[in-house]
Amino acid sequence: RFSELLSKEERESILQKRVPKSKILTLPELRANPFQDRICWVFSTSEDGDGSMSFEDFLDMLSVFSDSATSEIKSHYAFRIFDFDDDGTLDRKDLEKLVNCLTGEGDETRLSESEMDQLIQNILEESDIDKDGTINLSEFQHVISRSPDFASSFKIVL
Amino acid sequence: MEEQELEQELELRELTLGGRENLAAGRTEAWEEPEPRAEHPDFSSATLLILANMPSRTIGRSRGAIISQFYSRTAKLRRRSSRPPLHQMSRSARPSLRQYDLELDSDTQSLLVKELQSLSGSQRSHMLQAMPVSLAEKQGRLEGLQGWLRRVALAPFSDLGSVPLQGFRSLWDGFLSLLHSLQPWHHSLKQISGRFGSSVLSYFLFLKTLLAFNVFLFLTLLIFVVATQAAYPPAAENSRLFTGLELLTGAGYFTQTLMYYGYYSNFTLNDPCTPSSRSCQPGKGHLPYNMPLAYVFTIGVSFFITCILLVYSMSRSFGESYRVGSTSGDFAIKVFCAWDYKVIQRRFVRLQNENIRTQLKASAAQRSSTRLQLGRMVVLSLAWAVSVGTVLGCVVAVYYFAEHMLKVHRDSQDRGSSEAWQEALLLVLPMVVSLINLVMPYLYNLLAAWEKQESPALEVYVAICRNLILKMVVLGLLCYHWLSRKMGYSSEDKCWETSVGQELYRFVVMDFVFTLLDTFLGELLWRLILEKKLMRKQRPEFDIARNVLELIYGQTLTWLGVLFCPLLPAVQILKLLLLFYIKKTSLMKNCQSPSKLWRASHMSTVFITLLCFPSFLGAAIFLSYTIWAMRPSRACGPFRTQETIYESGKTWIQELEKSSPNITWFTWIHQHLVENTFFLFFVSGVLLAVIYLHIQVVKGHRRIIRLLKEQIAHVSSWGLCMLLASYCLMCGTWGPRD
Repeated sequence: RFSELLSKEERESILQKRVPKSKILTLPELRANPFQDRICWVFSTSEDGDGSMSFEDFLDMLSVFSDSATSEIKSHYAFRIFDFDDDGTLDRKDLEKLVNCLTGEGDETRLSESEMDQLIQNILEESDIDKDGTINLSEFQHVISRSPDFASSFKIVL
Repeated sequence: MEEQELEQELELRELTLGGRENLAAGRTEAWEEPEPRAEHPDFSSATLLILANMPSRTIGRSRGAIISQFYSRTAKLRRRSSRPPLHQMSRSARPSLRQYDLELDSDTQSLLVKELQSLSGSQRSHMLQAMPVSLAEKQGRLEGLQGWLRRVALAPFSDLGSVPLQGFRSLWDGFLSLLHSLQPWHHSLKQISGRFGSSVLSYFLFLKTLLAFNVFLFLTLLIFVVATQAAYPPAAENSRLFTGLELLTGAGYFTQTLMYYGYYSNFTLNDPCTPSSRSCQPGKGHLPYNMPLAYVFTIGVSFFITCILLVYSMSRSFGESYRVGSTSGDFAIKVFCAWDYKVIQRRFVRLQNENIRTQLKASAAQRSSTRLQLGRMVVLSLAWAVSVGTVLGCVVAVYYFAEHMLKVHRDSQDRGSSEAWQEALLLVLPMVVSLINLVMPYLYNLLAAWEKQESPALEVYVAICRNLILKMVVLGLLCYHWLSRKMGYSSEDKCWETSVGQELYRFVVMDFVFTLLDTFLGELLWRLILEKKLMRKQRPEFDIARNVLELIYGQTLTWLGVLFCPLLPAVQILKLLLLFYIKKTSLMKNCQSPSKLWRASHMSTVFITLLCFPSFLGAAIFLSYTIWAMRPSRACGPFRTQETIYESGKTWIQELEKSSPNITWFTWIHQHLVENTFFLFFVSGVLLAVIYLHIQVVKGHRRIIRLLKEQIAHVSSWGLCMLLASYCLMCGTWGPRD
């Protein structure tokens, strides 16, 4: 599947080549996913920060989304995907962006201000154990561990 | 001991490094410091900097933290400490596993490498798989290990083998991937999950499970019972002709075939010693095959194995879906776990967005709902009274209708009307029962819409409960009706087992026909009506609960009928195969995914439990009663000459005892374990004790989690106070000097 994304001349040196982000996003499994940008960012190891992925990055991504990944790995990477500003915690802005991704991009599909505030308040109430206003990895993993559906929904099958 | 010392040393070093910046060792993504947050306007930037370096916020970021975390974990694995897992969890959140800068990284890395080397092969691969660092990291950083470890890092999917087996391992991997893609319906299931998500997928997976059970049952029966009887057909010829009606009624031509109990012989097939001549001819070289024994044993053993498989899959599913912890936390779970990554197509992604939005809004509204009022109590009790009343009404109606049909059939036989007409009359009862099963769920849906339950989960449970009660009570009544009417319908054979088998065959076929009708009317026609007449863009929803209950009902019928009609599993297999494709086509063309939140793994557990408890248990009780207490008919079947079917097993044991006195232990086991009821009570007592123990352990875990949460909240607030106090102290100490 990876080699299909490369052009014909590049396919020989598949292990060294990096596929640009635009091509990765043409994969049917990622095309319509609202978290596509974050997924490319998190799994890419390129120094330029352009989100391009080598074959090993591609394998990494698929192994995390596969059946055989432990739920700890999945929750770790989910945390990094949801952490929009890459500061290591999920604060209010991250949560707001997350909810907007979930409900859709258009203006009419978003939640109103008050609803958003109420929702984020509820989330923080439920998951913030040390009451610092943000959700760190351990708290996130604790919340995820309570939901048995996470492993089956955090899955991409080729 | 040295590991503990080392950890303590690292902790001390870390404390002195206190306010240093968090260096994300060599990683190109620059994790910036957090800006001063709006919600703490009274804290200065310096305080926030300190806060940002607090352990609770940095634990996910640095790779050094991850490496040291996994170092301690491998160390623990090597020591094989037997502390409960809760201790491990608290340890990994300890402040000692904080960020380390570049210099410390190599130390911890070499420690980690040493630890990994000392683990066994599979544990090592497991630890490596569980490390959330990228592939390149694993490859680059762990070069200290032998070459084959690098190959492990390159293959995160597979298990580890030693170097000589690497070639074989790659071949095996290739074969496995081919097998995975060849899995039945792999592409169809991916298509379905791509459009509708995990919830609808769980219905099709359940169908696959049922198919597996039926294939197993069919194969055992085929090998041990059907094929051997087919090789030695009885002397009597089949007097009837084949007309098309047989496929529906199961009677007529099919009566004298392998399909039914009545066909099977009651003697030992291919017996070299004939009872009349009293001389054996061993020269022929054949194997004698005791048909009655084979019949009862095969059915008994296959039911026993099915029971074990069901209980195993139920416990495994329960283990996967049950979670210790408070049941609150709906919002967080909904937001973090709501997105189903399997959904691929753009249109359906948009639909998923809408669904999530409506769910979030609904939950927000529900949070602020009112308490249970008197009016609601009245509505609820009225709704339940109506549903129970309808069930009773249906049961009474079915009973009287069955009696009436029997009378009509007898009359038509006496009058001598055509065979075809007589057999067509037999179809009416199954049609009526299937009609009830089709119509009542829609009535229950209307009732639920009137009732307006608070939570959608409760709505689903109530609907399942009502439908289940209806189906099981009707089936129970029919079982009683069949067992009490031993004379059956056909008068010439007086072979009641074959008639019961035919009845069950008719029920299975009618159930299939009415499911098709339901798919056609409920989905296709309703969509056309909605689009053309009412001009609404909404499509009918795929009602997962109702469809799964229909599958369970069909499977119960098969299990009930296996004793009387050994080929019934084959019919069920055909039915399930056709149902898969028809349901899939209808789903793709007509339906949309359910708008309510569907907890897929939890509901799968519920369905498997329903398959085990009312369905399989009921069939097993029916079977046991038939084997132990019913007298087989004199004119046909493998148990013609015995008082009960069970007697054949008993006589065999007695013969065994007589022929070889060395096997007395076997007969002792049989006498004291199978026939003695004390053993059964003892086993159930042990089972109940084990379940009680597990419940108590879970309760204990819940309490510990609650206490730990309180402790964390307490410590963090206390830590913040200390920090502020020390900051104030510092300001006070330095201030006057300026």
